[in-house]
Amino acid sequence: MTGISASLLGRFEAVPALANADAWLMRRGRFLSTDCLVGIGTVPYRLAIEHGRIARCERGPFVMPSWTFAIRGEAEAWERHWEPMPAPHYHDIFALSKRGLLRIEGDLHPLMANVFYFKTLLALPRRQAGRG
Amino acid sequence: MAARIDPILGRYVHVSLAGRPHRIYFEEAGQGIPLVCLHTAGADGRQFRHLMTDPAVTGHFRVIAFDMPWHGKSTPPDGWEREEYRLTTESYTEAIRTFCAALELEKPVVLGCSIGGRIVLNLAIAHAAEFRALVGLESAEFQESWYDTEWLHRPDVHGSEVCAGLVSGLMAPQSPEVPRWETLWMYMQGGPGVFKGDLYFYRVEGDLRGLVGRIDTQICPLYLLTGEYDYSCTPEDTKRTAAQIPGAEVVVMKEVGHFPMSENPAQFRRYILPVLERIRGQKEKS
Repeated sequence: MTGISASLLGRFEAVPALANADAWLMRRGRFLSTDCLVGIGTVPYRLAIEHGRIARCERGPFVMPSWTFAIRGEAEAWERHWEPMPAPHYHDIFALSKRGLLRIEGDLHPLMANVFYFKTLLALPRRQAGRG
Repeated sequence: MAARIDPILGRYVHVSLAGRPHRIYFEEAGQGIPLVCLHTAGADGRQFRHLMTDPAVTGHFRVIAFDMPWHGKSTPPDGWEREEYRLTTESYTEAIRTFCAALELEKPVVLGCSIGGRIVLNLAIAHAAEFRALVGLESAEFQESWYDTEWLHRPDVHGSEVCAGLVSGLMAPQSPEVPRWETLWMYMQGGPGVFKGDLYFYRVEGDLRGLVGRIDTQICPLYLLTGEYDYSCTPEDTKRTAAQIPGAEVVVMKEVGHFPMSENPAQFRRYILPVLERIRGQKEKS
């Protein structure tokens, strides 16, 4: 985890509790069950999602992890994405992807069928302004 | 108490496009210089409802927004169920010119956003003398892709959700919640495959690289306005386009994205009113 602050990782690790307490997100994700990998810089997290609820969030490194799709972003990209009012081109995961600051790979069906869910989920740390 | 009624009138005009009958829905408000507004891909003319209810605009312009064939309340052509909709430079240009001719508009201003911003460049290239001025919002001769459009129309992904979900990030975080979600609602109401068919023009067929240098802004002034949060058509894309067109004017709009007229109407009017003012002044000179 070279170059990645503990506070940045802590902000991501707060996502499951924030997500599971969000009624709008739980309703959005009620038909979604999948495993995905989220990379915060060099640190991978594996999220197990069951009917929209984050059932498990495991922090890597992993030996031979399985996942359906992965979203891996540079630490700075997440940091700027999670600012209360992110700057242009840091405000959306597909903007980060277009700029080459984030990679989206794997079987993208769960992501594309639930775009609002995942965009909202991955922006939840914005709600903790001041912590990062 | 009298009901609050928007001063917008909607009607249908029957035209022939590519030899096939079409019933095109359009709305209008105001009086003066015809100002034809072109909506974004996969949406419809409702995006311009704020412009149509702004007395600062409608006091001087007859604002007209038509729903493209297959969009909004325009009826798709007979037999639509047996074909794949694909917009092209030729069909889009024909639709605009035919609509303007059907309404007998004399040298209208055309203002288009996104795909509408792209096609005004083609109007400037090929038909400049027909227009008083051209305004491209989120306009460039080419943009890099940022997702695979195959996701937009397939039975195992809800088209409304994926179309709106993808474009949701093109709006600025400063834009108020209500108009942001109204903009997305329009995307959720598009017909299956229509957004994808528009993007055939935007991503594949309608590449105007190498052609915009032919634009003569002495014949028809060209204004290009792009939101700073638009990562589909970035301000850099617009500036690169304008650099090839002597006399083209560029404005980068702060705190708006890809849908300025509908995602943040108050912010948009700060930028569009001075442009419309200049177009009015231009008319008085001619």
